[in-house]
Amino acid sequence: MSSNTSNDVVVVSERISGGHPDVTYELIGKGREIAKALGGNLHCVVFGSDEGVDSLGGCDQVHLVTADSLDAYNAGAWEEALVLVLAEVNPRLVLTSTGTVGLDLSAALANRLGGVAASYVVELNVEGETLVAVAQLYGGKLMAEADLGEMCAFVSVIPGSVSGDAGRITGVPEIKTYDMSGTKVSMSHVSLNEPERSGIDITASELLVSIGRGIGGASNIEMAQELADALGVPLSASRPVIDQGWLPKFHQVGKSGKKVKPKVYLALGISGAPEHLEGMRSAEMIIACNTDPGAPIFEVAHYGTTVDLFDLVPELIDLIGS
Amino acid sequence: MKIVVAMRQIADLVEELEVDSAGTDIDREFVKFVSNEWDEAALEEALCLKETVGAEVTVIGLDEVDFDQSLFGALAKGADHAVKLVGDFDGWISTSARAEILAAWLRDNPADLVLTGVQAADDLDGQLAGILAAKLGAAHAAVVVGVEPDGDAIKVIQEVGGGVTITSRAAMPLVLGIQAARQTPRYVPISRIRQAMTAGGIQSVPASVSGSSSAPKVLRLFAPESKGGATMMTGKPAEVAAQIVDLIKAKGLIRS
Repeated sequence: MSSNTSNDVVVVSERISGGHPDVTYELIGKGREIAKALGGNLHCVVFGSDEGVDSLGGCDQVHLVTADSLDAYNAGAWEEALVLVLAEVNPRLVLTSTGTVGLDLSAALANRLGGVAASYVVELNVEGETLVAVAQLYGGKLMAEADLGEMCAFVSVIPGSVSGDAGRITGVPEIKTYDMSGTKVSMSHVSLNEPERSGIDITASELLVSIGRGIGGASNIEMAQELADALGVPLSASRPVIDQGWLPKFHQVGKSGKKVKPKVYLALGISGAPEHLEGMRSAEMIIACNTDPGAPIFEVAHYGTTVDLFDLVPELIDLIGS
Repeated sequence: MKIVVAMRQIADLVEELEVDSAGTDIDREFVKFVSNEWDEAALEEALCLKETVGAEVTVIGLDEVDFDQSLFGALAKGADHAVKLVGDFDGWISTSARAEILAAWLRDNPADLVLTGVQAADDLDGQLAGILAAKLGAAHAAVVVGVEPDGDAIKVIQEVGGGVTITSRAAMPLVLGIQAARQTPRYVPISRIRQAMTAGGIQSVPASVSGSSSAPKVLRLFAPESKGGATMMTGKPAEVAAQIVDLIKAKGLIRS
């Protein structure tokens, strides 16, 4: 793949189970805008089956790749399927999200096929002959505006950065099918594993007490749990708390955990990484406590304080208990 | 099994980050650099594999600020070898350039399994695992939360969102971007790190960027514009707590 690309845009549908995810429509909406600016067509690559293809009317063409290896998500098989389609389309831009599919495939394909990759993108525009992206780096503390040049750009967009409304168009576009049955792939699917169930459902509560890295260690969980118990609500957490093994997975709020929409979300020691914001930004009221006044959580919170949570939480427990 | 863990330093996100005078990089002079937390998870998974099925673990990375500390820490935790690629590595190194440097070493020192962190906070041009695999022609997977040897292959567990995971099987060589190890990265006392420092054990290997790598051209780096954001509550902890309780009460969520 060289700078002699078409002006077309390819969206990778990230449907792993069920229907196409919201982010696919967000990418289609952005893809339509870019394709129009470039004077090209918009394509969508779909894997395994044509289920839900009638919601992809925002695209000019759907490329449906089938094979036994594509019946479930398989990074190796999806990569080979994309190589097949991209050779056919020779696009100017390939859009994924910064979820597992984008992290698996976007930069790998850019390097394999000779393009340029950009990750954590929140804005993308055509400026003259080039694409210019704005990416969110350093956990949201800094933004980078970058020129993606004239090669094929593989861009991973943070979910929720662009509206999905423009991409939700009912209709069945032209479908081109590919049979990849004979293609050797590097991985085989073993199983899709549903999350462990528990008696705690953080999505059902109208109030959540949520803790992040700022809680400092497993020994401090008890204090946060005491506050949650005083309020009679579940304790939830951001990714680092789960990765450190301080709380089980079913407490996790975020892209890879649960999406929650309580009336009040009390965030304690949470910095506000994109992964977390994706799961809680729809809460009616967000109250954030973080000692770092520059923490991105304060951008989405309605109320905030830089009081140390270790000073604040005991006071909250006293007040609520009294 | 030969495992290579690719690690790197990254600006400590707890600190205030400022943009340099050129406006295209962080001001690196006064920033503290620490080991990338996801690389620490990759190291932990490698050490767990060594303990459960046997493996020779080599930790490798570019000679960036305070990287010796991370390497000595890895040796103290149980890594067998530590390799520091020495060259002109000041400033912001793109992930594709980093991958090219690592790939050059790995072509001469092949591994069955390469583990690295799923991401780093500045990998504008993508994540290391996929890029490195592309350069090596190896299979790869990202957002990995489980690594299980299965005969001459590896079962890989990936998170795919909403708590769902996918288990796949892939032959080695394999490059994996680790999201979380099977257990919290182990603590190593400073005395053991000092012992590792006294023993030496870091192999320095000259390296340079070669071959082709493409990355976006950074036009400017800037702090995000505040969109108004939160109404900040100030005062003593008891006063702020009272305000928070009032807010929750106003929503009818505290029994008064």
